[in-house]
Amino acid sequence: MMKTIIIRNGRIIDPANGRDEIGDLVIANGRIAEQSAIRDSKSAIAEIDAKGLIVAPGLIDMHVHLREPGFAHKETIASGARAAAAGGFTTVVCMPNTSPVADNPSTITWIKDRARDTASVNVLPTGAISKNLDGEELAPIASIVQSGVVAITDDGKCVQNHELMRRAVEYARMVGVPVLDHCQDYNLVGNGVVNEGEWSTLLGLSGWPAAGEEAMVMRSILLAELCDHHIHCQHISAAGSVRLIREARGRGVKISGEVCPHHVTLTDAAIQNFDTNCKMNPPLRTQRDIDAIIEGIADGTLTILCSDHAPHAGFEKEVEFDQAPFGIVGLETELGLFIDILVHQRKAISINRLIEMFTIEPAKLLKLDAGTLSIGAKADITLIDPGREWTVDVSKFESLSRNTPFHGWKLEGRAVRTIVRGETVWAL
Amino acid sequence: MTTARWNRKDLLGLRELSADEINLVLETADAFKQVGTREIKKVPALRGKTLVNFFIEPSTRTRTSFELAAFRLSADVINITASASSLSKGETLKDTAKILEANHVDIIVLRHSSAGAPQFLAERLRSSIINAGDGAHEHPTQGLLDTYTIREKKKRIEGLNVVIIGDILFSRVARSNIFALTKLGARVTVVGPSTLVPRDFEKLGVAVSYDIDKVLPTADVVNLLRIQHERQRKEYFPGVGEYIRLFGLTKERAKLLKPDCLIMHPGPINRGVEIDSEVADGNQSVILNQVTNGLAVRMAVLYLCGGIAT
Amino acid sequence: MNEKKKNSSPDKSILVMDAPAIQRALRRIAHEIIERNPDLNQIILAGIPSRGNEIARRIADIISTIEKIPVGVGTIDVAMHRDDVGIRTELPAVRASDLPLPLETKTVIIVDDVLFTGRTVRAAMDAITSFGRPARIQLAVLIDRGHRELPIRADYVGKNLPTAPDEKVRLRLGEDEEGVWLVKEDAT
Repeated sequence: MMKTIIIRNGRIIDPANGRDEIGDLVIANGRIAEQSAIRDSKSAIAEIDAKGLIVAPGLIDMHVHLREPGFAHKETIASGARAAAAGGFTTVVCMPNTSPVADNPSTITWIKDRARDTASVNVLPTGAISKNLDGEELAPIASIVQSGVVAITDDGKCVQNHELMRRAVEYARMVGVPVLDHCQDYNLVGNGVVNEGEWSTLLGLSGWPAAGEEAMVMRSILLAELCDHHIHCQHISAAGSVRLIREARGRGVKISGEVCPHHVTLTDAAIQNFDTNCKMNPPLRTQRDIDAIIEGIADGTLTILCSDHAPHAGFEKEVEFDQAPFGIVGLETELGLFIDILVHQRKAISINRLIEMFTIEPAKLLKLDAGTLSIGAKADITLIDPGREWTVDVSKFESLSRNTPFHGWKLEGRAVRTIVRGETVWAL
Repeated sequence: MTTARWNRKDLLGLRELSADEINLVLETADAFKQVGTREIKKVPALRGKTLVNFFIEPSTRTRTSFELAAFRLSADVINITASASSLSKGETLKDTAKILEANHVDIIVLRHSSAGAPQFLAERLRSSIINAGDGAHEHPTQGLLDTYTIREKKKRIEGLNVVIIGDILFSRVARSNIFALTKLGARVTVVGPSTLVPRDFEKLGVAVSYDIDKVLPTADVVNLLRIQHERQRKEYFPGVGEYIRLFGLTKERAKLLKPDCLIMHPGPINRGVEIDSEVADGNQSVILNQVTNGLAVRMAVLYLCGGIAT
Repeated sequence: MNEKKKNSSPDKSILVMDAPAIQRALRRIAHEIIERNPDLNQIILAGIPSRGNEIARRIADIISTIEKIPVGVGTIDVAMHRDDVGIRTELPAVRASDLPLPLETKTVIIVDDVLFTGRTVRAAMDAITSFGRPARIQLAVLIDRGHRELPIRADYVGKNLPTAPDEKVRLRLGEDEEGVWLVKEDAT
């Protein structure tokens, strides 16, 4: 359908082109177009008033769990995509820990087909590093990459065998995808469920020490150096990890790190009433860790923001704390949380940098054709009201799951409209 | 006498209790202790109430104590163990508990391997929930009976030096003792291998020591915890022999103690490991008093939590 | 104190016994106990906390002074024997009972300040029998205000005080201003 849309009077922030100005953005045929497209349009022109809003490239969340195939009672690709749209995301990267595991081309093809048929946003799969995420032998990485994944990861698990990990990184270099590492040393972490510290001591819960993450971040740094290939450390939670990544990046090592909103908004004190919605992996840590992570975001050590959206059904979370699954939903709260804490409260970064961390940074890492408002680019656009006050209400979630500790939080800033390929897929 | 009032339906732990509330339980236990000496060892305080001993982790000592306490208060008691419950058939704790409540159970005494399980139930049920030990979190009635026994023998808690020795990290008894004793003004020192007594305990307001011979001479109370060297403990210390050499309360070490220092143990005792047999049976030992007092304290707790309208 | 009451208390209270009247009533009860119990060595005056203890102690003192013998006193806690546990939103505090044992040949005289519904006395009898089987149980009260809910009557009464159910009887014992007042709450 030949359709022309004009988004008027918005503050257009397009980091890919160094653009930040008030203006009109024209969409024609699902792509960003020249202003002249308005004159040339043969059909009706739809107008969107963006006065007072930021017009940003469609945001990318490079770390979500959509649970399909295998766990459709938690989330489906369709519902996860709706949640993404409601959170302002036009592209999500989904993790391979489904059932069956995305460690083979047929599962990945199934996910892509399912996304094409049911998802309102772009869903990009990742593939497993090791067969069945067991960390014992390599998955057919080249075949997986050919079937269309943007990265490989064993997320949720962590390859413990450094030799196997080294070979995976070398192999990934050959086929040209980055390696995403969920950094967790199994020996150090054991059956830990919460940050090892004052609250684990007080509550008698098994501790998950920061060193359990830092040791594997160090491992990733060493292997990135050894193999001269990019390793991206997922969901950084500990101050020591930030320090290690900062030092390595300073030396030019191909290492990067991402941050989830809960690791900059909640400390381990949140577990004191055994709320399983505060149980995540890696766990909530201390104020010192939060401060170090925010510092790492401010100085460019940590370059990517994401949710680690991990839906679980109510009955799965409503069990004894140490028996509950890890993780929380995040797609519909992350933008508000990050704008609120990083831009408004802590003033660690500008809204422009925040948009970069959700657009060109993941696009660059994963080599995505996304995250820009260049003429001719796919018209994936997020309209953001950075000053809008709102209250998190799980009953309004598009996600099938409700497992969040942020219900009732008052936040400043959120997406108000999400446009994929020129079509509004969600609007407030 | 305390003027505190009780308005809790549950006893989940001692951390959330005020010093006044702890004193109220201890004073109430004084009254109930005497019931055990009567010709008819039974009062109608909980007549018509139904109590379930819901023990998902095995325990004979604590379960029996709660059962006797309930009998003496005229409550009706049933016991459910892990193997007999539907939990072994995959039913969730929440569902099992809802079934109990649908049967109009008034009080659930819960022993569970997961920290926080009693709070989980308390938030979801109208029934009173009494924590009989949850993972490594709390064992509030043990903490209360230990405190009661010290108060009974020493006539006070404030200013006493209480030394707790052993596997502190995994001990719910240690935590409940620490919370109760520090609230009432005792100075608590925890002693044991550094792997089982991490420095983080200092944040709970206690001293941490790895030198038992240094702390024993000033102790007013020594509370020994059971030491296990099985499965998951293998990485924490090299073996029982070395443990005894460093931390065992041997006959020789017991000579360092003040003559009026109390020796306590929540049981079951590993004779010859954490404590020498002669010391456990010696005249400083109040191990059997702890058992007797446990009954009175549990009567008090059941009376206070189960007696108010819900 | 009178002034304070006038200013701050919204209720109207009528003095029904002053300190000398209370003392006369207790003396009369003591004499009646002596008359009805030939062997005073066998009696125990068991007070119900806390005012019952004070009254029992005073009666015992009077008997001892008259008869020149010591009289057994004790405490009988009724809280754990009450029939309203689980109905009340606030629990009565339990205290240890203290009775000279054994009871088998004894006459236990329950002593309380005000006899009202009779439920407390029933609980006291229950408590006493859990310690043994006394030869007999008697009841002494300073005030009988009526409105019994159980078939219970006192053997010794200091004063019969007809009351309405919504009135209250206020006692002060062993304080500066000793006395018994009938209090009618204002329906505001």
